[in-house]
Amino acid sequence: MAQAQPIRTDPQSDPGESYLLQGETFSSMSTKIGDVPLVSPLKTSKGWLVGFSIAFTLLMVYFISIGQLFLRGVGIWGINIPVGWAMDIINFVWWIGIGHAGTLISAILLLLNQGWRNSINRFAEAMTLFAVACAGMYPILHLGRPWLFYWLMPYPNTMGMWPQFRSALAWDVFAISTYASVSLVFWLVGLLPDFATLRDRAQNIWAKRIYGMVALGWRGSARHWHRYEMASLLLAGLSTPLVVSVHSIISLDFAISQVPGWQVTVFPPYFVAGAVFAGFAMVILLMVPVRKWYGFENYITIRHFDVMAKVMLTTGMVVVYGYFMEVWAAVYGGSTYEEYLLYNRMNGPSAWAYWGLLFCNAVAIQPLWFKQVRQSIPALVVISLIVSVGMWLERYVIIVLSLERDFLPSSWAQYNPTFWDWSLYLGSFGLFFTLLLLFIRVMPMINIFEMRMFLYQEQQRMKRKQEHGDHGHETSRGGATAD
Amino acid sequence: MTSHNPDLETVREQLRNTQGKDYWSSLDQLADTPAFRELLEREFPRGAAELGPDSVSRRTFLKLMGASFALAGVTGCTFTPPEQLAPFVNQPTGRTPGIPNYFATAVTLSGYATGVVVRSNDGRPTKIEGNPLHPASLGSTDIFAQGDILNMYDPDRSQQVLDQGTPSSWDAFVAAVNPLLTGDGANIRILTTTVTSPTLAQQLADLQVRFPQCRWYQYEPINRDNVYEGAQLAFGEDVAVRYDFSQADVVVALDADFLAPGPGFVAYARAFADARRVTAESDKMNRLYVVEATPSTTGATAEHRLPLKASSIASFAQSLAAGLGVGSPASGLPEKATAFLDALLADLRDHQGSSLIIAGDQQPPAVHALAHAMNEVLGNVGQTVIYTEPVVAQPTNQTNDLASLIRDLNSESVDLLVIIGGNPVYDAPGDLLLGDALSRAMTVVHHGLFVNETAAHATWHIPAAHSLEGWSDARAFDGTVSIIQPLIEPLYAGKTPHEILALLLGLPDARPYDMVRNYWQAQRPAADFDRFWHEALVSGVVPDTAAATVTPTPNLGAIAAATIPAPTSGPELVFRPDAGLYDGSYANNGWLMELPRPISQLVWDNAALMSPGTADRLFNLGLGFADGGNPLAVESRQQREINLERITAVNGTVVAIEHNGGRIELPIWLTPGHADDSITVMLGYGRSAAGRVGNGVGVNAYPVRTSNALWFADEVQVRNLNRRYQLVSTQNHWTMEGRDLYRVGVFERFKAEGPKYIANEVYKHEYGKESPGPGTEGYQSLQTNQDDVYDGRNAWGISINLNACIGCNTCVAACQAENNIPIVGKAQVAVGREMHWLRIDRYYTGSDLDNPATYFQPIGCVQCERAPCEVVCPVAATVHDYEGLNNMVYNRCVGTKYCSNNCPFKVRRFNFHQYTDITTASVQLQRNPEVTVRNRGVMEKCSYCIQRISAARINAKKSAVQAGQREYTINDGDIVTACQAACPTQAIVFGDKNDEGSKVYKWKHEGHSYYLLGLLNLKPRTTYLARVRNPNPELEHESSEH
Repeated sequence: MAQAQPIRTDPQSDPGESYLLQGETFSSMSTKIGDVPLVSPLKTSKGWLVGFSIAFTLLMVYFISIGQLFLRGVGIWGINIPVGWAMDIINFVWWIGIGHAGTLISAILLLLNQGWRNSINRFAEAMTLFAVACAGMYPILHLGRPWLFYWLMPYPNTMGMWPQFRSALAWDVFAISTYASVSLVFWLVGLLPDFATLRDRAQNIWAKRIYGMVALGWRGSARHWHRYEMASLLLAGLSTPLVVSVHSIISLDFAISQVPGWQVTVFPPYFVAGAVFAGFAMVILLMVPVRKWYGFENYITIRHFDVMAKVMLTTGMVVVYGYFMEVWAAVYGGSTYEEYLLYNRMNGPSAWAYWGLLFCNAVAIQPLWFKQVRQSIPALVVISLIVSVGMWLERYVIIVLSLERDFLPSSWAQYNPTFWDWSLYLGSFGLFFTLLLLFIRVMPMINIFEMRMFLYQEQQRMKRKQEHGDHGHETSRGGATAD
Repeated sequence: MTSHNPDLETVREQLRNTQGKDYWSSLDQLADTPAFRELLEREFPRGAAELGPDSVSRRTFLKLMGASFALAGVTGCTFTPPEQLAPFVNQPTGRTPGIPNYFATAVTLSGYATGVVVRSNDGRPTKIEGNPLHPASLGSTDIFAQGDILNMYDPDRSQQVLDQGTPSSWDAFVAAVNPLLTGDGANIRILTTTVTSPTLAQQLADLQVRFPQCRWYQYEPINRDNVYEGAQLAFGEDVAVRYDFSQADVVVALDADFLAPGPGFVAYARAFADARRVTAESDKMNRLYVVEATPSTTGATAEHRLPLKASSIASFAQSLAAGLGVGSPASGLPEKATAFLDALLADLRDHQGSSLIIAGDQQPPAVHALAHAMNEVLGNVGQTVIYTEPVVAQPTNQTNDLASLIRDLNSESVDLLVIIGGNPVYDAPGDLLLGDALSRAMTVVHHGLFVNETAAHATWHIPAAHSLEGWSDARAFDGTVSIIQPLIEPLYAGKTPHEILALLLGLPDARPYDMVRNYWQAQRPAADFDRFWHEALVSGVVPDTAAATVTPTPNLGAIAAATIPAPTSGPELVFRPDAGLYDGSYANNGWLMELPRPISQLVWDNAALMSPGTADRLFNLGLGFADGGNPLAVESRQQREINLERITAVNGTVVAIEHNGGRIELPIWLTPGHADDSITVMLGYGRSAAGRVGNGVGVNAYPVRTSNALWFADEVQVRNLNRRYQLVSTQNHWTMEGRDLYRVGVFERFKAEGPKYIANEVYKHEYGKESPGPGTEGYQSLQTNQDDVYDGRNAWGISINLNACIGCNTCVAACQAENNIPIVGKAQVAVGREMHWLRIDRYYTGSDLDNPATYFQPIGCVQCERAPCEVVCPVAATVHDYEGLNNMVYNRCVGTKYCSNNCPFKVRRFNFHQYTDITTASVQLQRNPEVTVRNRGVMEKCSYCIQRISAARINAKKSAVQAGQREYTINDGDIVTACQAACPTQAIVFGDKNDEGSKVYKWKHEGHSYYLLGLLNLKPRTTYLARVRNPNPELEHESSEH
C-alpha cells in the first residue's frame, strides 16, 4: 500500500500529550530502530560495550555464586531453621513480579487496544522473559539437592512417582514454565515481521542470512499478516490469564500454608497487583536510559511515562489496600499468633523492614497523583527505584519476618543474609542485563511494524479530529507496510 | 609365617573349649593374635596399614596408594588366599548376621557405675541403654552413659604407647618400668581417680603388700570431699548416705543438684518423679524446696526455689537446723530467706519421718553434718535416709591426697609415679602446681584414653582400654557391683588399669579377664561359680553386693558446735561441673559438646553465669535493676520488650575474673534466677589437648579454683573488659509470650476440681467464657482423645508427662546416638542449624527475673495426623503411613525446606551442609545400621524410632506365623523409643493409642492431657500431661501463678 505522501506526525505535537513525536515517517522509524542491531560488530558503541562488560562481570559473579552453592550446599546462605526460605524466594518472587509488566502490556493492553503500548511492548516483553529467566533459576537453586529438580515435573519414571499435586510448589512448576514458554512464543512471533525488516535492510551478508533464517520466510503478504494477527490475538488471549494466574499461584506458596503472615486470603490479587506495580517501576527504570541513549524520545514520550505512572499508582493503591487488609485481619481475627505477627512487624527487631515497605510502597507513590510528577523523568526514576526496593522489602517482610517468629517462641531465630545471598542476587542482575543488552544489540527493541501502524492510526485520528472535531478512537488494525 | 597362621583347625581347637556367650570374644581374641595381625598389616607395603585418614599428606597418600595398587594387582592374581578360609556355614549360637546382640555391662562416672545394656551390631557396639536390673540405672541412663559410646570411637583417642612422646611399645614399657619395681616401694606413687572396682582395690591392696611404703592417692576434680568430711564431722566415721524419695513428702535440697548426673542420679530422679506422677486418683504429691545459687534442673523442678549465694547456704542450713532444735540460728539472712525458712520449717515439722534434707556435694562439711542432724531430728533416718558402709574402695579427702602427692614429688623422693586415669595436670586446683612437680619424678607413667595435658608431662603414656573394650568391675552408688564386660577388642591395643597394676605386681602378662574372674572366684569359692559368673554377666549385676546398712549416731553436740562458715560479702565465684563436659573428660565428645546445657541452652562454650541484676550492678550497665528496680515490671509491652532486649544484649560481654592470683576472661551469660552477687563458672573447658572437638573451646576455670575453695570462693574481682564474644545458645527467647504452650496446674485444685480444671482454665483464657464441657465444638480441639480414626491397626503415639520431665537432656543425647544425628559445630548452631531431632524447650514465666519459674518441654516431631508438612512437599518426600505416622523419605527429598516452614513446631532439621562425617572411619563404626545416614540437602526429623517399630513388627509377625495366627499383635512395651528408654524419670511413654490397655492410652485419656497448639487442629500423636505443682500455700503468693 504505497503512500503518495509519507505519513508524518505533527511536528508541533506536545510531548506530554502525544505518544509519537516530531515528524516521524515510516522510513525514519525503520532506520532509527532497525539500524541499532544492524551496526557492524566492530562499530559497536562504547557505551554498550561498557554496559555489557559490567553486566558480564556480574554474570560471572552469578556463576561463581552458583558454583559455590553446588559445591557446598545451601548452607552458604543465611537460611536456618525456622527461616527456611529467605533471599532465594524473596528474589524469586521479586523477579517474577517484575516480569508481569511485560505480559500485562503485551497481552491485556493489546486486547484492550491500547495503541500506546506499541512503543514499549517489545522491550517490556523482553524484560519479562529475562526476569522470568532470573526468577526461574531460584526455585532450582534453592533446593537442597538441585540436581534432582526434575522430580518436581510429572514424567514417567521407574519410581512410579508423580509430583505431589497438593503442594503449591508443584503448581509453581506449571505456572512458571507455562508463563515462560507462552511469553517466549508471543515475543518471538511478534519479532517475525521485524526480523524480516532487518533482513531486508541488512548490508552484511551474514546479517542478511541470519535475520533471514530467524524471519522464517516472512514476506509480508496479506495471508502472512492475517495469520500473524490471528496468532497474536490467540497468544494474547492465552497470556491474559497468565498475568493473573502466575503470581496468584506464587502467592499460594504462602497462602496455602499455616504460617501466620503467610496464610492470608487476600494474597492472590494482592500479589498480582504488587507484581504489576513492581514491573512498571522496572520498565520505567530501564526505559529512561535506553530511550536517552538510543534517541527514542520520539517513540517513547513523556506521555508514555505518564500512563505508566498511572498504572503504578493504581496497582500501588491496590497493594496498600492489601496491607490494610492484613492489619485488619490480624486485629479482627483474634488469633494470638496473628496479633503477635502484627506486633512483631511493627515493633520487632525487623520492624525497619515493615515501616520501610510502607514508606516505599504507600507513601512514596502518592506524588503520582500530580501530573507534573508523572511527567518528570527524574521524579519517576526516584519513585520507581523506591518502589523496586519497597516491593523487595514486602517479600522480605512476608517471608522472613513471618518465619522468624511463628508459633513456638523457643524456635524463634533471626535471619542474617550472608555474602553469598547477596552475591547471587547481584549476579542475577548480571544474567538479566547480559540478556537485555544482547537483546538490545541484536534485535529491534521497539516494534517497528507496530510503530508504523500506530503512526498511520495517529495520522488518521488527527485527520478526523481536524475534519470533524471528533476524537473517536481508530479501531482498524489495517496493514501499513514499509514504504 | 604359615606355621603361625590361624587356620581352621586351630580355630576349632580354640573354640572347642568355649561356650555360648564367650564365643564372640574368643573369635575376636583369635583375630588379635600377633600372627594374624602381622598378616593383616603386611599384605600391603609397610606404612599402608598405618594409613590414618587424618594424618596423611596427599603426596604420601598417592605414593602409598600407587604402591598398593601395583601390589593389589599381584595379590589379585590369586583368587583365593593360600590359607584355608572358614565359611560361615554353621552359625555360632546366638549370632545372626544383621541382628544385633545385647550385652550387660557398666559404665562409670567419677568411679560410680551405671549398669547398661549395650547393643552390638555385628561386633560393633552401637548404642548404650540402661540396664533395668541395675539399681543405678533401672533401665535408664544419664547423658554421659549415652556419650560413652562416642568416646570409644573417638578418632583422637590415644592409639599407641608413647615414650617421651615418641611411639614405643608395651614391651619396651615393661622393660623400662621393671627395674624401678624394687625395694619397699618408698619411691613409688600411684594416683588414680575414685576407685570402686573391687578387683582394682584388691590389686592396690596387693601392691601395698608387695611395696609396703608405696602410697596410693586418689584425685578427681569433681570429688566428694565435703560429703566425706561431713560424715566424719557428724559421725566420726565415714558412712555413705543414700536417699529413698518414695517415702519423702517434703524434700529440701540445700544446693543439692540431685536431678543432675552424679552418683545415684537416675535412681533418685526416678523415685522422685514417681512421687509426682499425679492422676485423678492421686491424693498425695511430694513437695520440693530448693535453696541454691546456680539455677539447676533441680531448682527448676522445685515448688519453691530460693536463690541464695552459695556461701550463704550454710547460714540458711544453720538457721533451719536451729528451727528444728539443733544449734542456734545464724544472723544476717535476707528477708526473703526468712519467710522461706519459716514456711519450710512449718512444713518440715508436719512431715516428721517423711521429709528429706539433702546437702549438696559442693557445700562445706558443716552443712552435710547439719543435714545429717536434721534428718536425725526429724526421724527421717531409716525412712528417707539410709546410711551404709562406704561404697568407694578407700574414702579419702582427695584434695589432701593431691596435695600430699605434690609434697612427695617436690621432695624429690619419687622415682615412679603411675597415674591411672584422670587428667590432674589440667584439672588440679590452681594452687596445686602438679605440672611442675611432675618434672621432679624420675619416671611418670600416664595411663589414659587420651594423650591429654597430663600425658604431655609424663615419661610414658599407655593407651587405656575403654570400658567397652576391657574387663573390669565397678560399684554403683549403693554398692552393687557390676562386671564390666567388653564388647569389642581394644581398638588401639589399650590396656585396662588392671594390667597396669598387674605389671606393678610383677605379672606383666596377666589378662584382665582372668584377673577379674579370679578375684570373684576368690570371693565366691562355691562350686557353682561358673553359674554365678554367667548370671552376673548376663544380668549385669552381681547379686548381694549392695553396701550394708549401718545406723550411725550423729554427734548432735559436735554438729551444733561446729563452725559454720559465715556468708561473705561481695561477689562470689561458684564452680560447677559442666552439664555436658563434666570435669573436662568429655570435652572431645561432640554429642555432649553440642548438647544444649539445661537452663542456659548454651553449647560449645562456658560462660560467667550471673543474674541480670548482678551484671547490672557490677558493671553499671544501667539496665534498671539498681535499687531493687525491675525493668520488666513496666506497663508498655513495647517498653518491656525493649528492656528485655537490652538485658539480653549483655550476653557475650567479656569480663575478667580474678581470684587468688589467678585470672580468667570469659563472657557473661545472664541467667534469670541466679543468686545475686554470685557468678557461676562451669569447669571442663579450655582444654589444650582434648582433641579436635574440645581443643580451645571455652575457658579453663581450674586456674582460679583453689584447694581451700573448691566449689565457691569469695574475694573475687570482676572487671568489664568491654569486649564481645559470641556465645551460642539453641534458644534465644525467654518467655512463652502468653501462649498456651506449657500448661501448669496446682495440685490442690487438681485434686478438688479434677484434672480437667487446667484445660477449662485455658478455655476460659482463650475464649473468655466458661468451657461448655466435653463433646462440644471448640472444646474438642483442647482435648486429646478425639483423634482421627486409625481403627484396627496400631496407632502409635507418645505422651510426655511434663510433671516428670526434669530437663536433663538425656533423651536428646539418646536420640542423637540412636538416629545417627550429626553434630554441626558452633558456627552452624550460631545460625540456627543444630540437628537434634528432639529438643527440650525452656521457658521462663513471671516478670521476676530474680526467680522466675522455669519449665522444660521436650519436643520432637509430634507426628500430626493432619500433617502440614505433607501437603506442601512437592515431591511427596514426607508422607503418612498406614499407622498414622509421618514418615520422611530421605531418598525422595529434594530439599525445598517448605515442610519445615510449614511446621508449627519447627522440629524438622535440614542438612544445610554435609554435616555427617563420612570420612572418619572410627566414627562411622558407631552408626546405627538400621537408620539411614543423611547427606547434604535433605530434611530429617524424629521418626518415633521407626526402626524399632519395624523390628518389633517383624518379630510379632514371626511369632504370629509360628503360632499359626493370621493377625499379629505387638504388646504394649515391646517398642521403646530411644528417648523413652533413656529418660531417667520415665516422662515419655510410647505405645499404641488404639490399645486400651496400653500406658499411652491411659496417659492420653488423663484429664490433664493436652495437645500442643491444639487450636491448629493437627491432631498430633504426641500429647502432653500438664505440669502439676504442689506449692506450700504460705509461700504461694510469692511465686507467680500462670
